[in-house]
Amino acid sequence: MTTTALERRPTPRHVRRVIGRTLLYVLLILAAAAILLPFAWMVSAGLKRNNDVFTIPVQWIPHNVQWRNFVDIWSQIPMTTYLRNTVFLSTVITSLQVLTGSFAAYGFAKVRFRGRDTLFVLYIATIALPWQAYMVPQYIMMVKAGLTGTFLSLILIQAFGAFGVFLMRQYYLTIPDELCEAARLDGLSEYGIWARIILPLSKPALASLALLTFVNTWNDYMGPFIYLTDNDHWTIQLGLQSFIGEFNADYAMMMTGSVLSVIPILVIFLFGQRYFIRGIATSGMKG
Amino acid sequence: MTDLITAPPGSPSVLARPKPRRRRSHGWRNALIGWSFILPNLIGFVAITLVPVIAMFALSFTSWDGYNPPSWVGLKNFRRLFQDDASMTALRNTVYYAVGYVPLTMLAALGLALLLNRKMRGVAFFRAVAFFPYITSLVAVAIVWNMLFNPQFGPVNQFLGWFGVHGPGWTTSTTWAMPAVIVTSVWRDMGYYMILFLAGLQAIPKELYEAAEVDGTNAWQRFRAVTVPGLRPTTFLVLILLTVQAFKVFDLIFVMTQGGPGEATLVLAQQIYQTGIVDGEYGYASAISVLLFSLVLVLTLVQFWFNGRRERK
Repeated sequence: MTTTALERRPTPRHVRRVIGRTLLYVLLILAAAAILLPFAWMVSAGLKRNNDVFTIPVQWIPHNVQWRNFVDIWSQIPMTTYLRNTVFLSTVITSLQVLTGSFAAYGFAKVRFRGRDTLFVLYIATIALPWQAYMVPQYIMMVKAGLTGTFLSLILIQAFGAFGVFLMRQYYLTIPDELCEAARLDGLSEYGIWARIILPLSKPALASLALLTFVNTWNDYMGPFIYLTDNDHWTIQLGLQSFIGEFNADYAMMMTGSVLSVIPILVIFLFGQRYFIRGIATSGMKG
Repeated sequence: MTDLITAPPGSPSVLARPKPRRRRSHGWRNALIGWSFILPNLIGFVAITLVPVIAMFALSFTSWDGYNPPSWVGLKNFRRLFQDDASMTALRNTVYYAVGYVPLTMLAALGLALLLNRKMRGVAFFRAVAFFPYITSLVAVAIVWNMLFNPQFGPVNQFLGWFGVHGPGWTTSTTWAMPAVIVTSVWRDMGYYMILFLAGLQAIPKELYEAAEVDGTNAWQRFRAVTVPGLRPTTFLVLILLTVQAFKVFDLIFVMTQGGPGEATLVLAQQIYQTGIVDGEYGYASAISVLLFSLVLVLTLVQFWFNGRRERK
């Protein structure tokens, strides 16, 4: 339709623009298809019989759709337990991180006291510390405290990051100090200002932090792998691996499980996309 | 100065005090309040992160199995580190990974950002697609890509077959396992850095492009003269973040190949895990940790130094 309309009045500039746009869209659609291909494989293999997963050529649309994979998986591995554990850990860790992070951020952004900015710089510098470098001493500490194998060990490890403090402080700095001053004049304590004025105003930043933390915890593999040895404590990430046996692997079920583990993340992402992006754009400016 | 109006106005007891004492007491009060806000996070942070980091340095000079008291061995662990084949392989592999991962992710992220930095229908969708792999669960990513790279039946080799290329064994081959892992990492992470580049692109003033257009430049010239210099700070930040990320790499490789085949994809972080948590050689593992830590620290210091120089200009 648009091309015929253009042929009638062939202004070179217009034609060039339309061709450019079309090429751009073709390029973008190809790129998107390439990026999404692994997901297509995941869904398609998740709906196949195990024998149909590897064929030449690849059956992108399964000939024999096995919807029952999504039912059977719940009885083949303790999926309900894994899901419950993952939800529990993600929720507790996210709540603690958001709570202590936003609380500390108020101290760094709105209360003036000696040494505050020095402490903050030290705090931020530690965001760069690689966990991989101190995971061994941390593990020894947990062993000595008798906490390995418990949820508490993971919660302690992940709930007190400096990242949340940083993210929230950056946002609090954009809230005018006059608001706090006015509240102080009205006799509100600092804790009251945090709870009643700053928190309600910082919903977007809270959402960014909460979503990023939740997804990170949900997807975490090494933490649970090191600390949660007991099958009853496993998260979805660990559970997925249990399909890889010593001699054989149930590829179809593995993909069914993968789809199930990705769906919650997809839902969260669709609802909170802009918060993710804002949170990451802020964290990129930390340098 | 604003501290002076912390007390409710007109309350006589406060007004009656002499000025200097009042200010000092406010300083104290503020410090107390400030610390009370920070402490809940700080205590957890010190106990869980800072203490282990300090312990790492101390332990790297000891030999310790976790049961008997640690014994001081000086630099022995570090001497062993540079003679140990596995650790040196891990260091080499980590550098190899970084050399592949950093430039490829950077190019992919920049390319996506340049394509998607415009107002057009569907741009939000395409950005979401590019970003989604980053938040997909790592185990799922690793398993799927392992299957895509299957030497006989995987779509990657079937695709190569269309062009008459006999695809390699990927994760089953000591030569091709690392490239396979790098491709997977690039696919997973490019969307994250795309967002950083998009933020950088949007910070470049539009007037610069308009002025360049008035001067009769073409798109490529504008890219060279406006975009490249305007993006320099972002590019540098991304470069450092990516390099740090590359040195820390662990979980994706661990799930995809367990460091194999042989030691083809063994990286520093896995070597730390193996010697420390699996073998229980806490002293030696701490020495490797110090090496990893130092590599990351140097990169971070370079970044701080660079930022400081930029701000002084």
